Amino acid sequence: MSGPSLKTRLAAQGLDGTTLLVLPGLLFMIALFIYPFVYGVADSLMPKDGGLWYENYAKFFSDQFQYGTIANTMWLALPVTIVNLAFAVPVAFRVRLMRRQRLLTTILVLPITLGTVFVADGLLTFLGPRGWFNETLILFGILDSPVKLTNNYWGVFASLLITGFPFAFLLTLSYITGIDPAIEQAAATLGANARQRFMRVFLPLLVPGLAVTFCLSFVQAFAVFPSAVLLGAPAGPTRVISIAAYQAAFEQYDHSYGTAIALIMGGVELIVVVAILGARSFFYRGPAGGTKG
Amino acid sequence: MIRDQGLTSKIWRIAVWALATLFVLNLLAVIAAVIVNSFATRWLGTWLPRGWTDRWYFSAWNEFQLSSVVIVTFEMAFVVVLISGILGVMTAYALARRDFPGKRAIILLFLLPLLIPPLTYGIPLATVLYQLGLGGTFWGVVLINLVPSFPFVVLVMIPFIEQIDPRIEAAARVFGAGTTSLFIRILLPLLLPGMLAALLLVLVRTLAMFELTFLIAGPQTQTLVVSLYYAVFASGVRAGQSIDAMAVIYMVTTLFWLIIALQFVNPTQIVARAKQQSAH
Repeated sequence: MSGPSLKTRLAAQGLDGTTLLVLPGLLFMIALFIYPFVYGVADSLMPKDGGLWYENYAKFFSDQFQYGTIANTMWLALPVTIVNLAFAVPVAFRVRLMRRQRLLTTILVLPITLGTVFVADGLLTFLGPRGWFNETLILFGILDSPVKLTNNYWGVFASLLITGFPFAFLLTLSYITGIDPAIEQAAATLGANARQRFMRVFLPLLVPGLAVTFCLSFVQAFAVFPSAVLLGAPAGPTRVISIAAYQAAFEQYDHSYGTAIALIMGGVELIVVVAILGARSFFYRGPAGGTKG
Repeated sequence: MIRDQGLTSKIWRIAVWALATLFVLNLLAVIAAVIVNSFATRWLGTWLPRGWTDRWYFSAWNEFQLSSVVIVTFEMAFVVVLISGILGVMTAYALARRDFPGKRAIILLFLLPLLIPPLTYGIPLATVLYQLGLGGTFWGVVLINLVPSFPFVVLVMIPFIEQIDPRIEAAARVFGAGTTSLFIRILLPLLLPGMLAALLLVLVRTLAMFELTFLIAGPQTQTLVVSLYYAVFASGVRAGQSIDAMAVIYMVTTLFWLIIALQFVNPTQIVARAKQQSAH
């Protein structure tokens, strides 16, 4: 025997019986996530009606009805994400000072757990022409006659607001509570007012967290599907890209084309996420704790 | 905490609270609208319905064949929870305890299903499952739901297992515990709180998971949320109150588990999953 056995050498690398426990899970992910993905990429390059390998992609980008869905989705997802985040930050800053946050956070977690289908169903009644929303605005004299808020852009916008704001808020709150309050107290002791404390102490510490929150909120809004069908105008301005992918795959039974659209959808989203996370590196990244190290 | 007393900060404070209150009121009104409508005899153009009735619940239960839908929903959700629990804890244990080449890549692989829109991986996966003859079957629905829920359990459990001191396991070994008794008598009791929280969250998420189930479910394997979607989609065919009665039934089943889950987890944890991994 020269040197340690193979088993010992592998164990030194971190490979032993315990490591093998990862195998069933890994195999599962390879079978149900990686393989379908690779299969999908290959499938999208083999158009149903024959033709060149990029036929599906060429078809998508030459049909305004199809490539327009990217703009439609962006036009919904980006404003909603910005509005959600713009509201979430000040509210989270207030709530952080609250002693009993539990009731509020529990109420806000409701729409997230109930999901978009339920929210869409509720909004159809609530925002309808004789729903409570319009009736209240008329009662207060803000409106003269009901405005149309369902089966158009604003219905989908409202549904993304109802599910997206709590999501952005709860994430932001978890980041803000991760910042040591001693840092704020130190800034206040040195004479910084509320505005300065926010702009010069909190914001730089929060930017990485806000970037992640923005990405996760955007991912959710970008994937909007049931509410765009139920509350929107699925043939018109809220024909989002997931509707296009679903229709191609399951209504026209062209899984090759449907997969191609689904991959385009993932690609567009990835570009936005990478851009946001890339911009994050221009800001401070480091500990938000008050102690050393 | 520091509280400012100036006028501008007072106005700012009131504005922020007004905004938050307005949102919560609208949110509660949306839920209330569904509940009120489900008990209404007729509700057109008035603040509250003319009369109250519970007959929509009986008609919804029969029209939408809810007894079989509810059974399928729970069977599916519990199987998903069971499998993702067993697989997830095993995988998380290996990832938490050992450092080996390729570990970062594996963790990234578990993060991907939570970052990619469900339809992007759902459509190719559903295509594969249909070609295997699993389309519309119970196991097809289970498999497609495992793709987001199993990695979720892994990512929740890794930090939880990391904070259990490995010396406890070493001590048990010294005193002669075999692998089985080590697992049953040492690890399981220590892991139980974290597992319970993770699995309850998976249960709530699976009950509400629409997109993936929708792609694969057949007429006999629809879950509650998918049936609800079809009902709202074809509204006009059935009475709106009947659809809303079904929505309330769906809400009750989901909220029941949410309330139990909230005994073990903080509401922020429901969204702040996998934060440590994605925030680095």
